[in-house]
Amino acid sequence: MLAYTIRRLLMLIPVLFGMTLIVFFMIRAIPGDPAQVILGQQATEEAIKSLTKQLGLDQPWYIQYVDYIKGLFTGDLGTSLRTSSEISGEIWPYLAATLELSLVAMVIAIFIGVNAGIISAWFQNSWFDYTAMVLALVGVSMPVFWLGLMEQWAFSLELGWLPSTGRENVRNPVEAITHLYLIDTLIQGRMDQFVEVVRHLILPGIALGTIPMAIIARMTRSSMLEVMRSDFVRTARAKGTRMFWVVYKHSLKNAFIPVLTVIGLQMGLLLGGAILTETIFGWPGIGRYIYDAIGFRDYPVIQSGILIVAVIFVFINLIVDLLYAAIDPRIKYN
Amino acid sequence: MEQPVLNVSGLETHFFTDDGEIPAVDSVDFHVNKGEVLGIVGESGSGKSVTSLSIMQLISAPGKVVGGEISYKGENLLLKSEKQMRKIRGNEIGMIFQEPMTSLNPVFKIGNQLVEGIRIHKKWNKKDSWAHAIKFLKLVGLPRAEELMNEYPHQLSGGMRQRVMIAMAMACEPDVLIADEPTTALDVTIQAQILELMKRLNNETNTSIIMITHDLGVVAEMCDRIVVMYSGKIVEQGTTKEIFESPKHPYTIGLIESVPDVRSRKERLYSIPGNVPKPGSIKTGCHFAPRCKFAFDKCFEETPELMDAGQGQLARCWLHEDKEKAALLEKVES
Repeated sequence: MLAYTIRRLLMLIPVLFGMTLIVFFMIRAIPGDPAQVILGQQATEEAIKSLTKQLGLDQPWYIQYVDYIKGLFTGDLGTSLRTSSEISGEIWPYLAATLELSLVAMVIAIFIGVNAGIISAWFQNSWFDYTAMVLALVGVSMPVFWLGLMEQWAFSLELGWLPSTGRENVRNPVEAITHLYLIDTLIQGRMDQFVEVVRHLILPGIALGTIPMAIIARMTRSSMLEVMRSDFVRTARAKGTRMFWVVYKHSLKNAFIPVLTVIGLQMGLLLGGAILTETIFGWPGIGRYIYDAIGFRDYPVIQSGILIVAVIFVFINLIVDLLYAAIDPRIKYN
Repeated sequence: MEQPVLNVSGLETHFFTDDGEIPAVDSVDFHVNKGEVLGIVGESGSGKSVTSLSIMQLISAPGKVVGGEISYKGENLLLKSEKQMRKIRGNEIGMIFQEPMTSLNPVFKIGNQLVEGIRIHKKWNKKDSWAHAIKFLKLVGLPRAEELMNEYPHQLSGGMRQRVMIAMAMACEPDVLIADEPTTALDVTIQAQILELMKRLNNETNTSIIMITHDLGVVAEMCDRIVVMYSGKIVEQGTTKEIFESPKHPYTIGLIESVPDVRSRKERLYSIPGNVPKPGSIKTGCHFAPRCKFAFDKCFEETPELMDAGQGQLARCWLHEDKEKAALLEKVES
């Protein structure tokens, strides 16, 4: 297991190397010049030239690339062109915001999705099954931005129950320690702020969690239906086991591998692809951070932001692969 | 005479499919006495497995027991609730299945699966249940029982798994053991061992066994009495000796003839022409008539009942209406 993990981590190097190369060229293929964007439409030719030189963008591409890679090896993610500060120093709060939102969304999605899938399979062709599967179909088909806007309209504008944007009550700001506000407010014992943070998480959490929830529910249902026809399920029933345990113990553990795969993929997508949700809900996350950087042609931020998202994605997949072996004793990594 | 442990009368299990209602088990009557081994013989599709699952009430949709009575120790199992049935399954009536490869849950340890049934029915603590399980693994002749408890099914051979299945079914000391093709999936040498084991358990514990098989060799070896099923109905019933010495139904004769005999090398192995009809496809007349070499007009027009074929043997065949016709059967045998 340890040897396998190390091998997988070593395999990360060429993957990430290739990825830096692709991102490096793709962002330079976008029309627009960082110096021009920073200085504005009225800037003189001279000014643009000198800023380009100052930013190091007058160097040939391979020198720029080698400098970038050298930096990465020393843990230097580069300097933002826009804010002139170290990216490694400013990226964590954004990342933390995204992590917190994605985890909340995923917990909701897994809890409801897995249970809905199980119950649908258990009572196949019942009204619950039909309702859940129609809702799941609606869920996967629903554009996130539309769902988000409808939530804001209904629960903020019309009913006024929940805040529509942001991570916290700006008049009662959270004092950041880890930048994961749920944890920060608990550490400080600020229950009032904790409640506020939870209230801010609900709408974007649901918006972000709906699609994964629907996908997880459908996958759980089909996987459970298949497993529940197995011989060992009949054996368990012939032993006198309660149907609840036949379903939640004997069947679920066998049916969970494909569900876990979907959960891993969706988690990766949430972390990198929450841009729409983050934009609609004014969530200061990594998606917004990269999105804004693209507008400014802030090459170093785009490069490093995408790199970090990719690393997280690959790590989640590794964790999922290791969990397979924990669930199914027949899977061995040697 | 002592009352039978299990008495099945007029059992009707139908499957409600898109093609209409299919009578997979059609008014089946038989009984099992205490300590007796009853063989239920038939080709695939004859309804023998459905009969056994009906007794356990493990028939799942679209199948349903629609009529008859299954009386266990004087109580009708068909009137019991799911909760009451759970107390009987694995406790009073144990069951082992054909496929030892798939009948054990691949993701739980042997010990976990064995202890589960013991804890449900005996309500013992973990330690006592564990010790009891080890005792039964030893009883079924498994070496290193203690270590096996911590192993997974895929680490065991087919024969070992079937022994585990038997230990599991016997662990709560049931009065009746239903064995659905217990040796079909095993090598011949292992088959003999498993049969030997079941015979020993039958002698030692006085457990009644219902042996469901298509293998006449198994029946001859194991059973006191035999029920022959064809297309959902019982076609012949008698003691093993009677049935092997003078079968009274053309189908049984065919079955016995088609057993390969090493001593007399025939040119070709005998096989009954045609296939088992789909249950419900023959509406009038004897279901076996289209394949029967003795069939006459009446066989295609009226469905025969089980009738006395002499010496307490019952056969569902019009030949036994008339002594002269019945004599035709004797001729074939000799």
